[in-house]
Amino acid sequence: MSIEVRGLCKHYNGFKAVHNVSAKLETGSLTALLGPSGSGKSTLLRMIAGLEVPDSGEIHLTGREATFASAKERNVGFVFQHYALFKHMTVFENIAFGLRVRKQGERGIQDRVFELLKLIQLTGYEKRYPSQLSGGQRQRVAVARALAPRPEVLLLDEPFGALDAKVREELREWILRLHEETNMTTLFVTHDQQEAMEVAGRILIMNHGEIEQDGTPIEIFDQPATHFIAQFVGESNFIDTEVSEKGLAVWGPFRFSVAPSLPVGKKIRIYFRPNDVYMTAQFETLQVRARIAKTRFKGTTIEYKLDIGEDKYISAQIPKGVALASGFKEGGEVYAAITAFHVFPIDAEG
Amino acid sequence: MKFKSTGILPGFGLTMGFTLAYLSLIVLIPLAALILKSTTLTWAQFVQEVTSPRVMASYKLTFGASLVGALINSVFGVIVAWVLVRYEFPGKKLVDAMVDLPFALPTAVAGITLTALYAPTGWIGRLLEPLGIPVAYTPLGVVVALTFIGLPFVVRTLQPVLESLDPEMEKAAVSLGAGRWYTVTRVILPTLAPAWITGSSLAFARAVGEYGSVVFIAGNMPMKTEITPLLIITKLEQYDYAGATSIGVVMLVISFTLLLAINWLQSRTGVHRIH
Amino acid sequence: MAPRVDEVKTYPVLDPARALTEPRWVRWVLIAVALSFIALFLLVPLAQVFASALDKGMGYYFNAVREPAALSAVKLTLVAAFFSVVFNSAFGLASAWAITKFRFPGKSLLITLIDLPFTVSPVVSGLIYVLLFGLQGLLGPWLKAHNLHIIFALPGIVLATVFVTFPFISRELIPLMQEQGSEEEEAAMVLGAGGRQIFWKVTLPNIQWGLLYGVILCNARAMGEFGAVSVVSGHIRGLTNTLPLHVEILYNEYDFTAAFAVASLLTFLAVLTLIAKTLVGLKYEKSRQTPAAQAESGIA
Repeated sequence: MSIEVRGLCKHYNGFKAVHNVSAKLETGSLTALLGPSGSGKSTLLRMIAGLEVPDSGEIHLTGREATFASAKERNVGFVFQHYALFKHMTVFENIAFGLRVRKQGERGIQDRVFELLKLIQLTGYEKRYPSQLSGGQRQRVAVARALAPRPEVLLLDEPFGALDAKVREELREWILRLHEETNMTTLFVTHDQQEAMEVAGRILIMNHGEIEQDGTPIEIFDQPATHFIAQFVGESNFIDTEVSEKGLAVWGPFRFSVAPSLPVGKKIRIYFRPNDVYMTAQFETLQVRARIAKTRFKGTTIEYKLDIGEDKYISAQIPKGVALASGFKEGGEVYAAITAFHVFPIDAEG
Repeated sequence: MKFKSTGILPGFGLTMGFTLAYLSLIVLIPLAALILKSTTLTWAQFVQEVTSPRVMASYKLTFGASLVGALINSVFGVIVAWVLVRYEFPGKKLVDAMVDLPFALPTAVAGITLTALYAPTGWIGRLLEPLGIPVAYTPLGVVVALTFIGLPFVVRTLQPVLESLDPEMEKAAVSLGAGRWYTVTRVILPTLAPAWITGSSLAFARAVGEYGSVVFIAGNMPMKTEITPLLIITKLEQYDYAGATSIGVVMLVISFTLLLAINWLQSRTGVHRIH
Repeated sequence: MAPRVDEVKTYPVLDPARALTEPRWVRWVLIAVALSFIALFLLVPLAQVFASALDKGMGYYFNAVREPAALSAVKLTLVAAFFSVVFNSAFGLASAWAITKFRFPGKSLLITLIDLPFTVSPVVSGLIYVLLFGLQGLLGPWLKAHNLHIIFALPGIVLATVFVTFPFISRELIPLMQEQGSEEEEAAMVLGAGGRQIFWKVTLPNIQWGLLYGVILCNARAMGEFGAVSVVSGHIRGLTNTLPLHVEILYNEYDFTAAFAVASLLTFLAVLTLIAKTLVGLKYEKSRQTPAAQAESGIA
């Protein structure tokens, strides 16, 4: 089943939680809705599930208009951030709930619940209460409960938010496998870009209630569409300067080619990632001389704060092996070039 | 004003309709009747009713005794709460449960019991009489009754606050070289102050309106030991509806003001109201 | 001049364990003060009730609590308490649902109004009904013309009792349901449950202990209410006397032992209330965990 939203708006007392959002998710896709807290991503998800009523706009599920349809008619599965398991019911009764309210037969319920318990690898846990489960187990029960009535769409609101790092990792893999097995149209909300990139085939990035970019993880990482995405996704250096002559901007010793359409004198902000800084001990070509002001060990990489003169600094990240082989030292002289960058004109509001 | 719910769960119309209807029938319309009745008096009549010497004397007693009762409770309440939260001793759970007795015991029972205790022949009155401290049928008796019914408020408001105090705060004070007395008086007690004031105000508000536990022990002598709520009943029994209504309005305005003040205190301190 | 050695102040090293609590004698004094206060104001009066009740022996005691006027007072008290518990439970559930599950303007005003009966003097609570339904009241003439009796009759007693216990259940449920949030209800809704199914299968099991707690408090106050009922009852023995009013009548007739005998029934009820309140309170505290806190408390 496909999901399509057109011009969706939701305002609270003048605050634009979701503003004029349109998107189409194909059947069987696995999509992440990524954004900082307060960006409207959960509100959008809840409107699709029928937990919030949009002020304007339309929601279509499988081509059918469902903007004001009841939650029951939509047939979506929803997984809450804090699981929202029914505390006073056993695991079995939690998973069976959606079947019981649909007045299904006891035999059918039994079969379906045990099938799902097997799927979430919690066979034998059916008599436990949610308080007797770990966080990861609770989240799996919440997913099973959502899947029980055979929804056509699965919506997950920060599904890994409340879990610790290791359990998150396991659950991510589990969700991926689940998606491969069921091939259900899945949309999940997250504020963790790493999670979005690893799990989703497509990412919608929201900020201030609007979708700022819609693309594959690679597109989003390599071709950020806006200022916001350039700094929100991955680590970035940013520098403010202006177009000095047609097609060229200068910042300290660095020269950046910019779109010829930008007028001379236009203020611009240039973003580049620390791992797009090419750094060597010997001068090779087109590099700038710099001094290592500070070294920070980051596990698989080492981050260097480079002093390029005129009280200007950039940060560079080098794989640990390369860095050690090159013998970079704090205070030492190196040569650096910026191999990839993105230029955004600075508008009146910045 | 747009009066529309913005939640998605069902039942807003039904529950809100019932809530407003029931609130209006039981509370708002009867209270409006009191206000309406009072408007049949001229302003001069109203002022005369509520400022006559006998009424003024009753205010003095009611508010004075309520204040003294609230003060006694604020002193002993903090000690009881402290002991119940911080120390271990046999029977602690029982004492903790007993603190609510004044909530649970009907006020009339409290009234006759305290009277029997503090009458000149009573268990306690007998001891105080030779010292020249008569309690029953004096303003002191009113204070005793109002202390009794206000007892749980300070304790129950302070207990959760004391329990949730961060022990790190005290350790920090000690690590900075503060002695115990200094830590308690300069670190702990100031933190308790908002809840302390809230609890004492609750005890005071309850005492101002109290009737049942006071009427037996007070003696009810006009100008001397007659509390304001009793005066309303006296006026009603004399078919003096104008008088009863006027004093009722004054009491209502005072309760409402106290309620707003306490709500304001609680919204500032996050202390939950207790019964 | 150099300071002499004995002039230099020495600071005692603080023992951290001792600095975190009070010296033993202070603890003892505080416990003694607290227990004396409790004993003087709570324990001694309790003992007084039962001692006075049994002043003239068991026979007198049982006669006092079994005479027809006492029994009819018991009956009236139970009826008034029953109605206030039922009405105020319904109101508590409805108001808590409306207030905690929806956003609407004027919510804090509504909560303040619900609280209002809590601070109104019981005497004023009775007075307002007299002014509305009494002979001199706004609706008095109309009621008289239709031969309806509210004041000095059962409906007046029920109304006054309902008024004084009005906020008890509501004010227990509103913070509870606020704390619990609406996630479980929303989960049930997405799973296809209707309003009634959500209420009975999800909400009610989650708030049952809070509701019971409120009912216990409401019931205790309803059975013990004196001031408000006193104003509207008319003190007609055997007809409009509740137990507390019956105590007053016996007391004013100088039948102290009988008054205390009936009072001991109410005291017994109060003790039962305290026990029930403590037991239910334990269950209640347990059920108050928020979903987020529960999520964090998961066993890894």
